[in-house]
Parts: sequence; C-alpha cells; structure tokens
Amino acid sequence: MATAHSRTAARAMISPAVIFLLLWMIVPLAMTLYFSFLRYNLLMPGMEEWTGFENYRYFLTDPAFSTALINTLLLVGGVLFITLVGGTLLALLLNQDFFGQGIVRVLAIAPFFVMPTVSALVFKNMFMNPVNGLFAFMAEAIGMQPIDWLAEIPLLSITLMVSWTWLPFATLILLTSLQSLDSEQMEASEMDGAGAISRFFYITVPHLARAGTVVVLIETIFLLSIFAEILVTTNGGPGNASTNLTYLVYAESLLRFDVGTGAAGGVVAIILANIVAIFLMRAIGKNLDA
Amino acid sequence: MARASSTSRKLTVTVFAWLVGLTLFFPVLWTVLTSFKTEAEAIADPPSLLFFNWTLENYVVVQERSNYFRYFWNSVLISVGSTVIGLIIAVPAAWAMAFVPSPRTRGILMWMLSTKMLPPVGVLIPIYLIFRDMNLLDTRTGLIIVMMLINLPIIVWMLYTYFKEIPGEILEAARMDGAQLRNEIIHVLTPMAIPGIASTMLLNVILAWNEAFWTLNLTAAKAAPLTAFIASYSSPEGLFYAKLSAASTMAIAPILILGWFSQKQLVRGLTFGAVK
Repeated sequence: MATAHSRTAARAMISPAVIFLLLWMIVPLAMTLYFSFLRYNLLMPGMEEWTGFENYRYFLTDPAFSTALINTLLLVGGVLFITLVGGTLLALLLNQDFFGQGIVRVLAIAPFFVMPTVSALVFKNMFMNPVNGLFAFMAEAIGMQPIDWLAEIPLLSITLMVSWTWLPFATLILLTSLQSLDSEQMEASEMDGAGAISRFFYITVPHLARAGTVVVLIETIFLLSIFAEILVTTNGGPGNASTNLTYLVYAESLLRFDVGTGAAGGVVAIILANIVAIFLMRAIGKNLDA
Repeated sequence: MARASSTSRKLTVTVFAWLVGLTLFFPVLWTVLTSFKTEAEAIADPPSLLFFNWTLENYVVVQERSNYFRYFWNSVLISVGSTVIGLIIAVPAAWAMAFVPSPRTRGILMWMLSTKMLPPVGVLIPIYLIFRDMNLLDTRTGLIIVMMLINLPIIVWMLYTYFKEIPGEILEAARMDGAQLRNEIIHVLTPMAIPGIASTMLLNVILAWNEAFWTLNLTAAKAAPLTAFIASYSSPEGLFYAKLSAASTMAIAPILILGWFSQKQLVRGLTFGAVK
C-alpha cells in the first residue's frame, strides 16, 4: 500500500514532531551535563570554572542527599502501596451493581482533577491545621489530642495528600481492566466450587497484574517529580524532613543559586528515573506488538 | 446470578459505595461549601456543614483584590494554546505512523515516550537560563512552548492509538471509488478521526491546566496561571479559609467538569494505550 511517494510524505509529516522533541531533549540535557562539571553560581556570574566531579562529590556526600533519597523512596513507595491496595478494593466495589453507580464513579474520580496546589493547600489549612483543621476537630470530638500533621509527620502527611490525588487514577485503570475480565471463566470456576476468596486470588489478581504494573510504573514516573505539594506545604521542612530529590535540586539551583551542584543533582535524578523508565518502556513496548 | 438475597445485597453495596465515594469527594465538597461561608464561620468550632449564612462575598473579594480573572485567562490561554499547537504538530505525525507504518515507526514511538520519562528537574536549570536569556521568563509564550513540548509525546501516542483503530480497508474502498488523496482525507478519514482528536484535546487541556512544576518555576506575576496563583495563598497572611476556598473552587471547577467527560480517555491517554 505504501508507495515511495507516500513514504516521503509520511517522513515529512513525522519530522516536525521528532525535531521539536529532539531539541527539547538534547539541548537542555547537554547543558545540564555540562553545568554539572562546572563551579557555577548565579550570584557570581563570570566565575565559572571546570571542577570535574567535584559537584557530584559534594551533592552525593551531602547528608541532605541521603535524606532526600530516602524521603523520595518512602513517598513513592507509600503512595504506590496506598493507591494499589486502595485502588484494587475500590475498583472491585465500583464494579458491583448498585444504585447510582455513575454518580459514585464521578465522585470517586474527582480528586484526580484537582490541581496539586489546591489539594495541598486545602489539606494543609482546612484539614491538617492543628487548631482550625477538620482533623483536629475530629480528634477532639473523640477525646484525642490533635496533632500538627505537617510539623510532626510531614512526609506521611504529604504521602496522604498525594495518595488522595492518585487513588482515583489507580482505581480507574484497575476498573477498566476488571471490566474486561471474562465472566464465563468466573462462572465456570464458581460452578466448580471455587470460593469468592480463591476466585479473587486465582482469577482476578492475575488478570489485574498487567494493569497494576502499568499503574506502578506510570505513577512512579510522576511521583518521582512531586514538587508543588512540598513547595506550598512544608518547603521541604522541618529541616529536610520532607525534602525529596526534586525539591532538593530545586533548592540548590533556584534558592541557593548553585547551578553546578543543582545540575549534578539533576543528572542523578535523571539516572534514577531512567532505571524506572527501562521497565516501563518494556511493559508498554510489549503491548505495541500485540 | 439470581439469588433471593440479591436485592438486599445490592442495597448493602449501594450504601457502602456511596459512603466511600462521598468520603473521597469530601475535601472537594468541603472546599466548595467553605467558599460560601464567612471567615468566622469557616473556622467555627464545631464546623457547620450546611447551616450557615451563605454568602458570595469571598468570590467578589478574591476577584477584586487579586484580579482573579487575569490568572484564569492565563490558564485558559496556556492550556488551550499548548494543546492546539501540539495537535497541529502531532496530527500529521500520528497519521503518518498509523497509516504509512515503516520499520522505524515503533522505534520513533518508543523514543517519543522516553522523552516523557525525563524528570523535569533534570532540565530545570538550562530551561530557566535559556528562558532568562531569551526574555521568556514569566511570559505566556514561554509556558505555552514548554507545555506543548511536555505533552507532545502523550498527544502523538493518544492520536496514534485512535488512528490505528480506523480500518485501512475504508481507505482502499474509497480509492477504488476513485477518490483523490485529498478527498479521502477530508471526507473519509477526518470524520472518523474527530472523536479521537477531541478526546486527546480534552485530556491535554486538563494535564496542562493542572501542571505545577514549570508553571511555578517559570512564572511570577505576569504570566502566572491558576496553579501559581493558588500557591500564593501558602503564605501565612493568606490563611483566610473562605477566600482560599473561593479561589480554589474557581480554579478546579472548569477542569472537574471537563474531567468528568474524559474518564475513558484518561485511561488510554495516561497509560499510552497500554490499558484500554
């Protein structure tokens, strides 16, 4: 079907997209890599000099880095755990037949559309505030001491906020996958006397595994870059208690104006994201062949 | 699965599902309700759910003091502008890859996807410096370019999965009937592609509207969209719950409505077609 003529046309149609993305990827990446080997501070322009791996040494041995790395892993891991377990349960629930199914689905999906700065500030002020927050009020109502969420357990608080946003995403994808579950297989196993629990573990879970993998990988890509939620609630604090890798690099480069160290941190972040990306690409690429 | 207890089971599930749904939705509901309270009522102890003096004052104040509509307009221009430009670049590309596949198509698609994996913080400094030198910091043009580029892979991928579903035989049939390539595109393919293009547009407007890394880092007062405007409420003097709620409600309402229309496309778009 494809003639030489149409191939040339096709190439012309594809090239703008390719060129734009190539520029977007190569130019800044090369600059980040270059800056990461320079002593370069925006407050001292014209003083740039080559320092080899000095920035990397500084960034990687800074205690803030290990804190940020652990925080990043805890944040990503925590949100993944909550959204996967919660999302599976929620998808199973929403897949049942009940009155007002459409409305409940709409209600449950809504959090995903709330912009990060809004959800973070609403939780910070109206729910987690130790004096006027709704959680404090609820704690007092049952005779407990209200806690200052973002000061005492900042990372967990942010994990909960972010989970609220991503739970609908996991639910939606797992629900889509559930709906393609073969009902005949379910009925056959039921007739063979399989109980609800063994049906869940031997039929539903394996069926959801692929969708679950996609959820894990895509969420990880986005969660590694959590930024706004931290910026408007804790600014990474108290101390470094809620600083993740993204926020640390931001603070180095645009708060301390240390471009060299920030760039080295950026390269470290890219390497970490790539490790995840390799797995994600494999999962999606497999699907492309089908 | 007809059982005697099926009605009572359905009722139990109904109650439970509604409880869970309302709990998840509650923070949004609470924000909307608080936006109609006075500041004193917003922090009243005990808080009141519905029985307070409803007022629109907060909306008026937010608009008057901070010129809310300027930020709203920035959000509209940036999200719609970046999506439209993205579509103009992506439609031909996705089209060609879907209908004139070559041995390299797969590689190109995977490579485009890989650009999406680049953590924004890895290129923050260069983009910031390039923008500073080109006077693009705090401009809508600059943000439209960045938003377009970060969403371009998603747009190409979504369109590709939609175009792939248009059967190629239709093209051949039209060709047999003597249709020219131009007519083929206008009369046969375009009508079939419109739903896919519309869904892609919807999802990408939503993504751009809510994007909060580049908008926070590349804008100040002039070009700030709603994400950055809301972030300005994080300072202690912004601790006015009712006004924060009014501003938040206005910022999320348009996208909540659009979002409810795009549930299905959301899955396809954000999983790059891996789950449909």
